[in-house]
Amino acid sequence: MGVQPQDPTPPATPGVSRRTAIRMIAVGSAGVAAGVGLTAVVARRDRGAARPRFFFSPREEATLAAFCEQLIPGDDVPGAVEAGVIDFIDLQLVGPHSRFQGLYRAGILSLQNTSLRLHGLPFEDLDGPVQTELVSRVEKGSCPADLWGDPSASAFFGVVLDHTRQGFYGSPRHGGNRGYASYRMMGLAYPNLIGQNRYPAERG
Amino acid sequence: MPLPRVNVVVVGAGAGGGVVAKELAEAGLTVVLMERGDWPHYDRHNDDELVSQRSPALGNPYGPDDARYRRVVVNPGGSTSVVLPSEGAYSNNAGCVGGGTVSCGAMAWRYMPQDFRMRSTYGAVEGSTLEDWPLGYDDLEPYYEKAEYEFGVAGDYSENPFGAPRRRPFPMPAFPYNREGRQVVEATRRLGLHPFPIPMLRNSVPYNGRPACIHMRSCVGFACPVDAKSGSQNTVIPRALATGNCELRTGCVVAEIKVDDRGRARAVRYFDPEGRGWEQECDLVVVSASATETARLLLNSKSKLFPNGAGNNHDWVGRNFQGHGYTGAFGISEGEVYEEAGPGATVAICDYNHGNPGLVGGGMLANEFIVLPYSFCDVRPPGEPRWGKAHKDFQRRYYKRIMRLYGPVQEIPNFSARVEVDPAVRDAWGIPVCRLSGGRHPYDQKLGEFMSANAERILKEMGATRTWRGRFGTGLSGGQHQAGTCRMGNDPATSVTNRFGQVHGIDNLFVADASLHVTNGGFNPVLTIMALAYWVSGHIASGWKGGGFR
Ligand SMILES: Cc1cc2nc3c(=O)[nH]c(=O)nc-3n(C[C@H](O)[C@H](O)[C@H](O)COP(=O)(O)OP(=O)(O)OC[C@H]3O[C@@H](n4cnc5c(N)ncnc54)[C@H](O)[C@@H]3O)c2cc1C
Repeated sequence: MGVQPQDPTPPATPGVSRRTAIRMIAVGSAGVAAGVGLTAVVARRDRGAARPRFFFSPREEATLAAFCEQLIPGDDVPGAVEAGVIDFIDLQLVGPHSRFQGLYRAGILSLQNTSLRLHGLPFEDLDGPVQTELVSRVEKGSCPADLWGDPSASAFFGVVLDHTRQGFYGSPRHGGNRGYASYRMMGLAYPNLIGQNRYPAERG
Repeated sequence: MPLPRVNVVVVGAGAGGGVVAKELAEAGLTVVLMERGDWPHYDRHNDDELVSQRSPALGNPYGPDDARYRRVVVNPGGSTSVVLPSEGAYSNNAGCVGGGTVSCGAMAWRYMPQDFRMRSTYGAVEGSTLEDWPLGYDDLEPYYEKAEYEFGVAGDYSENPFGAPRRRPFPMPAFPYNREGRQVVEATRRLGLHPFPIPMLRNSVPYNGRPACIHMRSCVGFACPVDAKSGSQNTVIPRALATGNCELRTGCVVAEIKVDDRGRARAVRYFDPEGRGWEQECDLVVVSASATETARLLLNSKSKLFPNGAGNNHDWVGRNFQGHGYTGAFGISEGEVYEEAGPGATVAICDYNHGNPGLVGGGMLANEFIVLPYSFCDVRPPGEPRWGKAHKDFQRRYYKRIMRLYGPVQEIPNFSARVEVDPAVRDAWGIPVCRLSGGRHPYDQKLGEFMSANAERILKEMGATRTWRGRFGTGLSGGQHQAGTCRMGNDPATSVTNRFGQVHGIDNLFVADASLHVTNGGFNPVLTIMALAYWVSGHIASGWKGGGFR
């Protein structure tokens, strides 16, 4: 067959063998079909048990979680992390978004190194306002040039922002938007039941 | 074992192909309808915004899939990128039984008479291949009517003085205006404009055995859970199958049209769902694979008399690739305007389609379909922060207070916007893929700015506290409204088919989809594609000599 696979072979995920990862995906998607499996995984995570990750190492997760929480911060409504954005990204990186694995692996490392160079601390340990300022620099691409290659800082920012929005506003079946947090925030009824939202009969 | 020969192979079961299959099967021809995708199932994809034909972040619910399909895009600097169907640059429409008609927004426009005579109405535009169609509105009128009745369109033109003349009323009453629509009506009337309900391929009352619309907020981009949207898959294709003369082969990807040394189409080569290759012999072939894929198939069909692809001896196949610049304006209303009743678009004006002083063409303006939460992240005034607390605040404060007037701007076609086949990249079946290059004609920007300014003026009249204009780039058009790549015309040196969609030089090869459009109107195209397919089929059926075609 003629297709040249575009994506590099996924790098081995620390702590998870490739075979386990595949088994977990299988469980995950069967769960989606049955409407239970993924919920069970999510519930287990909520209780603070070890979080099975398909892609991110614990260090990567800590950095990315702090970054995403800057993009959509929590207040009286959950922010990115509480709404499950990291669960979403981690799951999609071994699914439809697998072509972004390299971008996350390299981009998170560049972000970590940028934080160490500029502030002497890991990104996730910086004070909130300092994090905000650094995220701004990543967005604008004004970071030490030698620490960013492929992806560039602004390319990394663009992809993570897009995926964070997907995780926050997409259907919970993909691992994010836990409890329809964003729908509740925007005042949208959910689930979108057939017939629930019809005009009154006399209006056709 | 060779497959039994049939009269006709139709490639693609979308807007154009569905009509052709039905018309020819009813005329008594034996038809094989080849569709690369499967039957659509609402339950498989439901209302998930990330798997929507409109925002396919995680893939297209109604095809094609990211695993097996690719395209190559030539970037402005000359470098190339391989793109997937879920990426915007792929310029996707759809790939399933029903094609784009399953998940479209269902606006059902007739083009206006001037849309078929752009060159005579406005004269030449520098750097453009702007031309008249080789047929006029009056030729197509009976077929528009047939499309409206056989598919089912709800509408009412009594308050649209610009509406193209029609002999019969719409088969179904128009939908009522929604909350935002009523405000548009009042404001546009105060401005001396002429609002009227958008005609829709959607049942306002039970019609043709299907129920009335239940107003899902997730409508455009999705299949309808109760089948109230009128698409090929629930109208003409079932009727084609019911004749007993039509066989639908799903999951079958056509790779090539076999043209013999005398210049006649003899068969199509295709792959079945298991990936096995077949040749289906036939008396004639109708290609309705969408503007990108039809061009690709013709270009991939090389023969002795057509070494550069079927019908391509003058290098016009794949040229004039166009779509619509979609633009308008946004406004923030003082109070809520959101109404939990999809699809949201209810009112339009055609005051700006033609006769704009000093301008060539124009476009229709309508209030917009409901934008779901993820897509709403991009609805922002210029300079608004994209993230942080400001992002969240905008989402919760303004989601239900946004008003929008948007519409398709008639594009000025240009020769260098084109579909080719890539010399190196292939799809999962080993077939060379589409290679897209070129950009929009600069004139489109001018028209776009004019339309956005009009939309903004109306939003201000509606009392918007803050307004901003939409814009579109100079890059290649195409996408959902893709058209133009196998232009019809009277001169074989400057077109691909004659006025009946018959490919110049290959008498038994036809095109019946948006590829034929010489220009693409200032309207969404699907009803015109259907009407043209009836027109092409009528010509084929009347020339059919029972076992042959001339
Ligand atoms: C989200 C969305 C909203 C839209 N809203 C509107 C609207 O409101 N109003 C409007 O007028 N239009 C709308 N459109 C556009 C409309 O759907 C298209 O203009 C129309 O469907 C195009 O018709 P077509 O026959 O040219 O191609 P299609 O409908 O795309 O049909 C082509 C078919 O051919 C098949 N095919 C392609 N290649 C092959 C091959 N090699 N072998 C076998 N099969 C093949 C494809 O799978 C497809 O099913 C919308 C489209 C989308 C996606």
